[in-house]
Amino acid sequence: MSTVSTQHGAAEPAAPQSNYLTNGNTIASWLLTTDHKRIALLYLVSITVFFTVGAWAASMIRLELMVPKGTLMENDTYNKIFTMHGVVMVFFFLIPMIPATLGNFLIPMMIGARDLAFPRLNLLSWYVYVAAGVLAVIAMLTGGVDTGWTFYTPYSSIYSNSQVGLTIGAAFLAGFSSIFTAINFIVTIHKMRAPGLTWFRLPLFVWGHYATSVVIILGTPVIAITLLMLAGERVLKLGFFSPELGGDPVLFQHLFWFYSHPAVYIMILPAFSVMSELITCFSRRKIFGYSFIAFSSLAIGGLGFLVWGHHLFVSGQSMYQGMVFSIISFLVAVPSAIKIFNWATTIYKGSVRFNTPMFYAIGFMGLFLIGGLTGLYLSSMATDIHLHDTYFVVAHFHYVMVGGAVMAMLGGVHFWWPKMTGRMYADSWGKLSATIIFVGFNLTFLPQFVLGYLGMPRRYHYYHFAPEFQVWHVMSSAGSSILAVGYAMPLFYLLWSLKRGPKVGPNPWAAKGLEWQTASPPPTFNFETTPVVTEEAYEYDPEADEEVTTEVERIAAGDLPHGR
Amino acid sequence: MAVEAIAEHTEQGHADGVFHQFESIEQQNESYIVGMWSFLVTEVMFFGPLFFAYLLYRWQFQPQFYLVHKELNVALGGLNTVILLFSSFAVAMAVHFAQKKARQKQLLWLGLTLACAFGFLIVKYFEWAHKFHVGHVPGPGFRWEAAGEAGVVPAGIAELFFSLYFGMTGLHGLHVVIGIICIGTLMLLTARKSKLVESYIPTEMVGLYWHFVDLVWIFLFPLFYLMPQ
Repeated sequence: MSTVSTQHGAAEPAAPQSNYLTNGNTIASWLLTTDHKRIALLYLVSITVFFTVGAWAASMIRLELMVPKGTLMENDTYNKIFTMHGVVMVFFFLIPMIPATLGNFLIPMMIGARDLAFPRLNLLSWYVYVAAGVLAVIAMLTGGVDTGWTFYTPYSSIYSNSQVGLTIGAAFLAGFSSIFTAINFIVTIHKMRAPGLTWFRLPLFVWGHYATSVVIILGTPVIAITLLMLAGERVLKLGFFSPELGGDPVLFQHLFWFYSHPAVYIMILPAFSVMSELITCFSRRKIFGYSFIAFSSLAIGGLGFLVWGHHLFVSGQSMYQGMVFSIISFLVAVPSAIKIFNWATTIYKGSVRFNTPMFYAIGFMGLFLIGGLTGLYLSSMATDIHLHDTYFVVAHFHYVMVGGAVMAMLGGVHFWWPKMTGRMYADSWGKLSATIIFVGFNLTFLPQFVLGYLGMPRRYHYYHFAPEFQVWHVMSSAGSSILAVGYAMPLFYLLWSLKRGPKVGPNPWAAKGLEWQTASPPPTFNFETTPVVTEEAYEYDPEADEEVTTEVERIAAGDLPHGR
Repeated sequence: MAVEAIAEHTEQGHADGVFHQFESIEQQNESYIVGMWSFLVTEVMFFGPLFFAYLLYRWQFQPQFYLVHKELNVALGGLNTVILLFSSFAVAMAVHFAQKKARQKQLLWLGLTLACAFGFLIVKYFEWAHKFHVGHVPGPGFRWEAAGEAGVVPAGIAELFFSLYFGMTGLHGLHVVIGIICIGTLMLLTARKSKLVESYIPTEMVGLYWHFVDLVWIFLFPLFYLMPQ
């Protein structure tokens, strides 16, 4: 606490001559950088590009479903569009989203290290990611893929005439990229913590990313070899999955979901870890149940590998197998609920400040709660058989993966934006965008629960068999345009803040993490001297805090001069 | 999490082969070792599904697989096992001499490892060439009629067995090729006294990888060639 207030109260900490942003201005200095902070920004730009591509496909889908007859595009085109949406959003947006940007930027800073353990490997992972993304886009432009992002065999291995090979090549490469990042995180967290930073003094952000990295190194190779086997079947006619070649297509589903279910936790665990940081900082209160939150991340990571079979309830697997998978799937609710309850308890009796990141955090809790609770309907075998492959499933996983992970990502970006750029955005615009996204999101996906319950199947581009669905589809499509406005807004006011935003000191939120102890933007090697940690994480003191005026409030009061 | 005091001032340059992000050579070496083991975990998971598929089909078609496996050449497989076991010993010796900073002996043992790796591929070539010759290769040209078990085992199941055989030994062979590239590069750098391989760590890393390649074969050999006997 002491250091924070003195640094904060001090006139201006000795500004370093150069920070990571000004250290080299040429294009080469960015493209050949090994600085984890610059690589994080490269990732931030590239995932934004892929998000735009995926969002365009999503809007095409919503446009098509406005009318029951589906007049905008052909069946085949529609298949390619929703596959594109799935492939781009899952492999090139949601999975790398938080670890590759916020994780890359913050983990070395949070543990007091100068860089990740393997900086060149880190740069390589970005290049591999971009190459994979370009490959995927080439596949889309040269005919597209119509298998769905799940690439189910034998359709994908024998029958489909679309660009399956190129697309699975892209997904395979993207897997390498996330493995590189994960190995980097694991080694860095194990070996490069600052003196005094024991495991139980680590910020929960680091715990969450540690659990995520473990899931990545255990899961990603499995999808890699599965896709390779699919390629072997398609190109060399090796028999693994296709009944025509003596194999079993359900084997593919088992192997595919062995990765792809944990992949959901690769998306949501980092989001949880961001939430722990936001909630504590804006409640001004030590987080409730630190070790429970830390271990629940590991528990989710572990349980995540035992539940893939709930994707196969209707695949013909045995009923007893289904029952076991159903029970274990319910168990995932326990560590998830531990997190939600602990956050709620932290907010309770905290002195809550409603800045933009807190708006996103509260939005996350609402959306993730709906997503998580509807997960229980789908993990019960009985209800899942009714709801399988309907819009109920679509709504559920969008609530978790988009409502959850993307809200946390945006909250995190708003929280650490002053650290990344040294400038503050307009708080009121931030709150507005969070509200619009929350409203737009619910308007888009709540009707889809109803649609799914009524029996609207996934992956259909028409529903003239049931024109009464139209009202729900129109609501959903209208919601998606509101959502698009909400997602576009931060792009504008954040870019505006780069030039015009007021400059802020090292710790505008009066937060506690090590990353706030160095200048904003940080110098190239993060800290002038190696920090020594003497306290547990989140030692907020609400009483002393009454006097802390954050820079945000000063900016709001017109105290700080605006930037050049 | 406050920083109470700045206890020590550390230079942020790099000296004595320590990269800028590390505090000391010990920290750097330990990081490389943890990194390599994490990578090997991904390799184990990478081979996992193939072993799982083998397990599944083996269990499903136990008697048929037993008959088909007789088409494999146990002698050549055994020879390859001996070669790889020796190469694992050789690379361990290379690591030992790298730690002792005995460059000539290190190069000698690395050379022996490399020779073994090539030897393995040559033996594999003869094995595979024979399979291609008799048509035991999955795909449109698959021929099962000539084999002694042709009437007993349906061609589809034989093809499944050979799919697994070629898939798994092929992937293993690919790892051998990558190993050859790594060992070759390491030898070249060591012979040139490059700064990059001053420490024993690169040799240790290559050694760990090569032990893994050996280990996979130690599982493949009994599963495909021996187990039913």
